[in-house]
Amino acid sequence: MGTFLKHHRWITPLALLAPGLLWLLVFYLYPALQMFMASFWSGSLATGFTFSLSNWTNYPDAVSTYAPIYLRSVLYAGAATVTTFLIAYPLAYTIAFKGGRFKNLLLFLVVAPFFTSFLLRTVSWKIILSDSGPVLGPLKAIGILPQQFHVLASPMAVIAGITYAFLPFMTLPIYVALEKVDFRLVEAAKDLYAGPWRPGGAIVGAIVGGVLMAVLGFVFNTSPLAFAIVGAVVGAVLFHFRVSESFVRVTFPLSISGVFAGGLLTFIPAIGDYVNAELLGGPNTSMIGNVIQAKFLTENDYPSASALSFVMMFGVLIVVAIYAKILGTEELSAAAARA
Amino acid sequence: MAEIEVRLVDVTKRFGDFVAVDAINLEVRNGEFFSLLGPSGCGKTTTLRMIGGFEEPTHGLIELSGQDVTWLPPYRRNVNTVFQNYALFPHLTLGENIAFGLRRRNVKADEIKKRVADALELVQLTGYEDRKPGQISGGQAQRVALARALINRPAVLLLDEPLGALDLKLRKQMQVELKRIQQEVGITFIYVTHDQEEAMTMSDRIAVMNKGHYEQLAGPAELYERPKTRFVAGFLGVSNLLPVKADGNADAHAVLRLPDGTAARAPRALMNGHTGPVALGVRPEKIRLKAPADEVGGQYNRLEGVVRDASYIGVSTQYIVELRDQRRITVFEQNVERATKAELWAPGEKVVMTWLPEHSFVVPDEGVVEQVGIAAVE
Repeated sequence: MGTFLKHHRWITPLALLAPGLLWLLVFYLYPALQMFMASFWSGSLATGFTFSLSNWTNYPDAVSTYAPIYLRSVLYAGAATVTTFLIAYPLAYTIAFKGGRFKNLLLFLVVAPFFTSFLLRTVSWKIILSDSGPVLGPLKAIGILPQQFHVLASPMAVIAGITYAFLPFMTLPIYVALEKVDFRLVEAAKDLYAGPWRPGGAIVGAIVGGVLMAVLGFVFNTSPLAFAIVGAVVGAVLFHFRVSESFVRVTFPLSISGVFAGGLLTFIPAIGDYVNAELLGGPNTSMIGNVIQAKFLTENDYPSASALSFVMMFGVLIVVAIYAKILGTEELSAAAARA
Repeated sequence: MAEIEVRLVDVTKRFGDFVAVDAINLEVRNGEFFSLLGPSGCGKTTTLRMIGGFEEPTHGLIELSGQDVTWLPPYRRNVNTVFQNYALFPHLTLGENIAFGLRRRNVKADEIKKRVADALELVQLTGYEDRKPGQISGGQAQRVALARALINRPAVLLLDEPLGALDLKLRKQMQVELKRIQQEVGITFIYVTHDQEEAMTMSDRIAVMNKGHYEQLAGPAELYERPKTRFVAGFLGVSNLLPVKADGNADAHAVLRLPDGTAARAPRALMNGHTGPVALGVRPEKIRLKAPADEVGGQYNRLEGVVRDASYIGVSTQYIVELRDQRRITVFEQNVERATKAELWAPGEKVVMTWLPEHSFVVPDEGVVEQVGIAAVE
């Protein structure tokens, strides 16, 4: 046996891959093919489905009908990915560099929500954010918010829900990347005159702070401009004094791989997510996941549902390809250093 | 008199209860190759890191070119560091690594290009701009780290065991090259190492550090020939140390009496400043072995003993000679007079060890160890 394996070295990797390949074959490739066939069906559950290549029109039909919802899905998933990143990066950075002996505890806290079911957590958010719930209720009672103010059924609620749900998926890869950054490289950068990030820090801080606060202004239906100005000033001051050039030129470029992985792990599931839109959103915030779910399970319109799924799959592939082109190469970090 | 480039006044660094650096006073001259030599944990790296700005002293003052920099961050000090493991930025090309400091100082692009090319030439890596740190050898990485620091023309270059990760042959080669580069650029080098040979080869002056302070600061030859403490005598090369009692003077020499009554002599000036018990030291290679019957000039110190061990190591032979009181003395003899193995002194033979009083040194004797240092020759 030993000599047999020695002479047929290709067997070992194949044997190791076999279970995974088999799994993919049975539970992914076969259903995918099945679904691809279904996207060329016509008819209904009552009359029976017939396959015909002439039914390729299912695709243009699906796209033209649901184009706005596709767009919305990309926007929501994109916005959620950005906010997840903005929350997760400082979190991962703090755990990696300032966590000290609490590192493991803090990491545990990041994944702790997973101990409760995803559905339950989203339902809890529905309760927390409800029109007279524990947050909005008291604020309305003392008159800070108008009576008709609501968060649920708004885009903000859906995006916030997705952000919350995928935060650990963004935090952990970034943490792993940051953890690997050799602190001596940061010292070397400081030795080579990397001080406070001037003037970039103030500019980037103003943009980040301004945009975030403007969004918040929109949500609360008050003046976005006033919010944006306050956010820009605070962001500029904060970034100017707290973000060093060694971070921008060394630490951040070296953690890009984590940001890339975290972004994928957040964006891809987020774009197909329907639970957050279902529970926290309203009729005007449904995402493509909701449509597909309804077509499959409620309307039994398998051909449309299949076509919609495939369009989404290809859409995601294209978005990810563009994203990988931007973030996934070493070009970005090198460009940052050249600047 | 060269001006002082780096001055440390009463610099102390504590980490909790541990005193890493204990009230050091140090002056490094402009343009000199200065080494901090000592075993691990002696505080040499901490001292260097305080000069670089990576640690703040608990107490004391650090001056660079006459300016108080004690509380300045690293990026506002006119010093650069070559780190122990090079710390090259892995995501940047060698050219970008070397240009890093100049870019942060907003030097013009064409000047950066020119200076990067010059720096690469200085370290003999012309044409390597576009490689990544992962694609070069340890010796090359070391030279890139050097170029990355020197290109900024700092007042002082700090080097933290920069050759520690290289193999012996490359290390010797780099020692010569470092010295050449230092002379070429004329920048003050402060070099941290635990390797005494490395420090001796390159340095103009060496501070031998132990337990947070330096025991002696001098040129390599003086440190070796006239160590002032037991620690220095043992850390640089091998020393034979014998407890002695001062017994007056004879001409220009102090007479020192060994426990067995034998008198040895040392230059009288070496006794200055010693109040407590002292030990007489002599380096193994300064001692000549003679047969008891041989004529020995009166100007030599004489000490009788019995050969206990002889190890032939090609260039020389290492003997262990036992005195009457069972103390052991190490002697290195060049294989000149007795060239073949058959002619060497054999264990059991009675010998007389002789050396010139001028080759003796005197250290305070607070311990009981007769021989310190590792009796091995590379």
